[in-house]
Formats: sequence, C-alpha cells, structure tokens
Amino acid sequence: MPSLAGLFFWMNIKLENIKKLDVTKPLKLDCGKTIKDFPLAYETYGKLNNNKDNAILVFHALTGDQFVTGTNPITNKEGWWVTAVGPGKAIDTNKYFVICANVIGGCMGSLGPRNINPDTKKPYGLDFPVITIKDMVRAQETLLEHLGIKKLLCATGGSMGGMQLLQFCATFPDKTFSAIPIACSSSHSAQNIALNELARQAIMADPVWDNGNYVLKDLQPKNGLAVARMVGHISYLSEKGMQEKFGRKLQEKADYEFSFNADFQVESYLRHQGYAFVERFDANSVLYITRAMDYFDLSKQFNGGLVEAFKNQKTKFLVISFSSDWLYTTKDNKDIVIALNASGADVSYSEIITDKGHDSFLLNELQFLKTLKGFIDSMYEKFKNEKRI
Amino acid sequence: MKKEFKVIADLLPNNTRVLDVGCGDGSLMNLLKQEKNVEVRGLELNQQNVQECIHKGLPVIQGNAETELHQFPNKSFDYVVLSQTLQAFYEPEKVLRNLLRIGKSVIISIPNFGYWKVRTKLLFFGKMPVTKTLPNTWYNTPNLHMCTIKDLFNFCDEKKINIKKVVGVNEDKTSIIKKSNLEIKNLFSKVGIFLIS
Repeated sequence: MPSLAGLFFWMNIKLENIKKLDVTKPLKLDCGKTIKDFPLAYETYGKLNNNKDNAILVFHALTGDQFVTGTNPITNKEGWWVTAVGPGKAIDTNKYFVICANVIGGCMGSLGPRNINPDTKKPYGLDFPVITIKDMVRAQETLLEHLGIKKLLCATGGSMGGMQLLQFCATFPDKTFSAIPIACSSSHSAQNIALNELARQAIMADPVWDNGNYVLKDLQPKNGLAVARMVGHISYLSEKGMQEKFGRKLQEKADYEFSFNADFQVESYLRHQGYAFVERFDANSVLYITRAMDYFDLSKQFNGGLVEAFKNQKTKFLVISFSSDWLYTTKDNKDIVIALNASGADVSYSEIITDKGHDSFLLNELQFLKTLKGFIDSMYEKFKNEKRI
Repeated sequence: MKKEFKVIADLLPNNTRVLDVGCGDGSLMNLLKQEKNVEVRGLELNQQNVQECIHKGLPVIQGNAETELHQFPNKSFDYVVLSQTLQAFYEPEKVLRNLLRIGKSVIISIPNFGYWKVRTKLLFFGKMPVTKTLPNTWYNTPNLHMCTIKDLFNFCDEKKINIKKVVGVNEDKTSIIKKSNLEIKNLFSKVGIFLIS
C-alpha cells in the first residue's frame, strides 16, 4: 500500500487529466473576498442535442464529486449516483446530457483548500476563504455558459445537492425548466449544525490536523477525518435500517473478544467507511463544505421569507423526501413545498416510504427511481413543446 | 370517462386555476387541462396515484386533505374541486371551510345517500346499502359521514354558504336541482354536484 503522501501525489497527477473550466471572471464571495482564475472541475455524460434542450445539471452532496456515474477515474470506484444516472437508468444518459461539477471548496479538481494560494505559493489550508452554498452555485453557473446552455431541462440534487439546487433556482430563476430537490432543507437545523460541528471537532482534535497546516507537510489527519465520516454515516441511516442490517451481529467471530477491537459488525462497517474515506477526501474540505451547509438559510437571504425566495418562479418543481430520513426530514422538505405553493409555483411532492434513511436517494429505491424517471420524461415532452411554440 | 367529470368540467370557465383535492390518478385534472386549458394542481394521499400523476406531467402534492390543506394560501385558486370524498373525512365541515378559504369557488360532488335504490335497500332488506356508487360494506367503507343531496343543501343554507348551482347526475342524465325540485331530485340522483362559494 502506498503512503498517504504518495497517494495524494498520485491523485494530483490524475487530477491533471480531468475536465476543468478555468473561470476567469472574478467571483465575489459572500464573505467579501474575491476569487478569480480558478479551476472548476466537471464531468458530462451523454450528448447535448442540437436543440440544446436535453441538459440536466446534477449538484453533488457533501462528500460527492463530479463523477456521477460510470467509473470514477480518480478512485476507480463506481460513480456516487450510478443507481439513478446512466444508459437506460431513471436519468437516461442515452437521452439526456448530464452535467456535474465539483463544488468549490471541494477536493476533486475545483478550487479548494488544497490548491496553491497564489499569494503565498503554498497550499491554502485555512487561508482558503469561507465559502457558502451560494458561492458554490454561482461558480457552477459559469459552466452553463461555457457549455452553451441557455436553459436546462432539469436540475437536481440530494442532500447538500438539493440545497444548492434551491439556491440555484432562487438566484437564477430562469435557468432551468424543472427542478427536483431531494431529501434536503431550506436551512440547516440546530441538529444538522450540531452533527457537522461534531465532524469538524473530530478533525480538529487530531494532532496531525495542526490548524489545517497538514497540507504543507503532505499529511492527512486520518483518524479525525475517519471519525468525522463515521458521524456522517450514522446520520445517513435510519435506526430501523441499521438494526435490520447489523443488529448485534458480531464481525467474523463467535463471541466477544473482551477488547476494544471491532467486535460488532456495525463497528467494523463504520471503521471501514471512515478509513476508506480518508483516501479520497481532504479534511479541510470537510470543514469548509460543512460550514457552507451550516450557513445555508435561504429565507434569511430573502429577509426571513422563504416564499419571497421563490417569487416569480417559472420552474416546475418536484420535491422528494424519504419517510425514515431524520437528517433532512419529511417536514423539512414539506416546508419547501409549502413555500413554493404559497409563492404560486408549479410544485409536486412525493414522500417515498422506506426504512433506508437519508441514504435512500443513493440506493436502488424503486419507487423513488420510478418517480424521478416519470417526472423527468414528462418534463422533457413539455420543454420540447414549449420551445417549439 | 365519468359523467360526473364532464359536469364538473362544464361548470368551470376556461383558463382558471383549479385545485383538485383527492385527485386520484389525475383523470379529472387531465380532462380539465385538455378541455378547459385550466392550470391544475392536485392533492393526493395514495403513493401509487401520486406517481401516476407525476408520470402524466400533472403537478401533484402527496398529502392528506384532512390535515394538510393549511399549506394553501387564502383564495389561491379560482376553483377547488372535491370529488366524492367529503363523506370520508373525520371533520367534513372543517375541510369544507378550508376549501372555501382556498378557493374563490368550490365544487363538491357527493354520492347521494337519498337515491331511491339506497333507500329501498335499507328499507326492504334492513341492510346497509351496497350499490355501484357505494361499493363497500359497512365494516370496510371509508365513508364516515354519508349524506343526501338534501342534507348538503340544507347544510349550506344553515351555514350561510352560497349555493350557486346544484347538478344531479343519474347515469348519463343530468338535471339542475333547485329548492322547488329538491325532494324528487334527491330521490332520483345518484350523485350530487354542488358549486358553492
């Protein structure tokens, strides 16, 4: 096994060969700082047709990236939304042109805390500006212009991807014909913030983290980052789903070891997930992205009125929630529906009944995928007709 | 297509905004969209039906009319339609008040418990009536508050709800119901359709 430093060196070389847009236009961030000439890494699937009316923009979640489906060329693992996107899938890449960009603040090729700070010629670390969901979305909007797309057929995203989507619709009300926010919220709750803080504190408590300066030494605070990922994984599953999957089953042993090794399957699962994560994700990126999520409050941007945020929306919405999701609950999602309704927007809503928790949107959840497909296909017919008129 | 839906469509002017409460698989919404060019929205409890509507490109919100009508603002629709579900609510009056709050006008259809076949079944057989319009037996019926056309007529009068039009439907025949012919129409209509505000 290569050393972690070697691994990141290898990842950096591979990151040279992925699609990137150099965003030259200066972007003034919510924190007041301005970034310019920065990379925005992205990937596309399928073909943009001549009418340019089959483009679907996907926003990824906290630990996602631009490699939605197929094989991720950096990790050599399956794309994170392979269940929903691909040839013949709910979001059919034989028919639609799917675009996804890595968020700024991330670590899959877009500008993030691991990039070189032009002022110091060293990796940013904590000198990287604090970014918001709105900053992420405004950066990604430049990609549409680059690809020559005036109006998307659809934009979608789950979890933080859904938050970006709500922001996208509020900031650019005329850029997408339809929108599918999935398992998300219009602002982070106290519990959401608390869980993110737990993840951040785990990273910061790792001595290797060293105030974010580990990047200068080509290290990674593995232990802290792994714990942060474990916190996340617990929140993505439901109590019932976890009980059914693991129960009190022991990990390849007949009885307790009377030690602190991973006796239980659930412990082994968390450790595996935690330590697999450190090989592909940057600890400082987790800090920056979770912060952006915590700061997200769409109604605050519009003087306390979520209805105001969706005023004059022409976009057709489908909001989807999962019954056992306790991270972004059905109520959180319904509040979005209520606001859209009150603003007079065209909105549909479906609650998928499942035990699989927040993670459901990434899984092979049949009712969910059917709903997704039904909506997108019907929107495509409408969009084509509208364009013809 | 159900005659009832045709009557409802005829009651609606073109190019209005309509909320269909308990919209089922979207058949009525589809009809209204095509024939009247209305802007439709649906509210539906059943997941399968919701999926069906979404598939047809009809905007639908999955939810329970008994508890979730509060999400719609005052007078946000020109018409609110409630087709054959009023009798299934725990609190039909509360639901009706909500419909009148949301819509400038409300169209309600009810299976008429005063229809002669229903009356004779109870009278001669001493059993709860099972008919084409009321297909369930007493122990599995969703209908908690059965009423007759006359009942709803009197109810609106009592509660100062403005009745604009009442149409009685029996198979393919329809007729306008007024106070003067209420007794006879209450006997011969299978379904009553009320336009109120």
